[in-house]
Amino acid sequence: MAVRVSSDDFDISEEMAKLSSGDTGIGGVALFVGKVRGDVKGQPLVSMTLEHYPGMTEAELGRIEAEACSRFKLSASLIVHRVGELKPGDNIVLVIACAPHRQDAFAGAEYLMDYLKTRAPFWKKETLGDGSAQWVDARESDEDAATAWSQTTK
Amino acid sequence: MTERQSPPEVTLRYFAWLRERAGVSEERLALPADIVTVRDLLLWQARRGQAFEQAFAKPEAIRVAIDHAHVKPTAAVANAREIAFFPPVTGG
Repeated sequence: MAVRVSSDDFDISEEMAKLSSGDTGIGGVALFVGKVRGDVKGQPLVSMTLEHYPGMTEAELGRIEAEACSRFKLSASLIVHRVGELKPGDNIVLVIACAPHRQDAFAGAEYLMDYLKTRAPFWKKETLGDGSAQWVDARESDEDAATAWSQTTK
Repeated sequence: MTERQSPPEVTLRYFAWLRERAGVSEERLALPADIVTVRDLLLWQARRGQAFEQAFAKPEAIRVAIDHAHVKPTAAVANAREIAFFPPVTGG
């Protein structure tokens, strides 16, 4: 179980190997990578800057991860989130969930992402082709996805 | 008779567009004694001059954390060491 915030990119296969090697009880690994899209409603994106709240970010990601591990049978999990200035095509976030069986791995990874998007203190600012910059608005659909988990029994 | 103590200082932190509008990222101050809840604090912030008025114009759009944990507007601010104000999060 680990969380990491970094301005550096991550190597997916390296992270997966570090997390799951040596535990032969793991039968499935689900992995999600979030990336920077190159357009915003048809306008080209130049860059995306991610701000976060050092200290709270790590605490909140740790709470989300602990909750995921108690809800699902996860053998190991990892959240890596990048901060700073990113370009279209760059990786933003990596979530890995390892479990004895695929159902828990899939559900665990989805749960981690849904809660990360609504609880972890990160904010995106987009700089567009015309030089304008704007903070990204939170999406109601993300809140709905996290709320849906709270209405399902463990 | 209990001795009257000066109120303790708290760190206030601001993120994303709230930081930009308020024009400050961090400050330390003693809160007025009549601020009990997070809601009281949000209303007080909106009366701290033009920049804060603009930043805190829509308190319902602002999220608050006390000592690195999300709190509701009804939460008490007593004993807080650090209170943070920010828009709804947009990571991932």
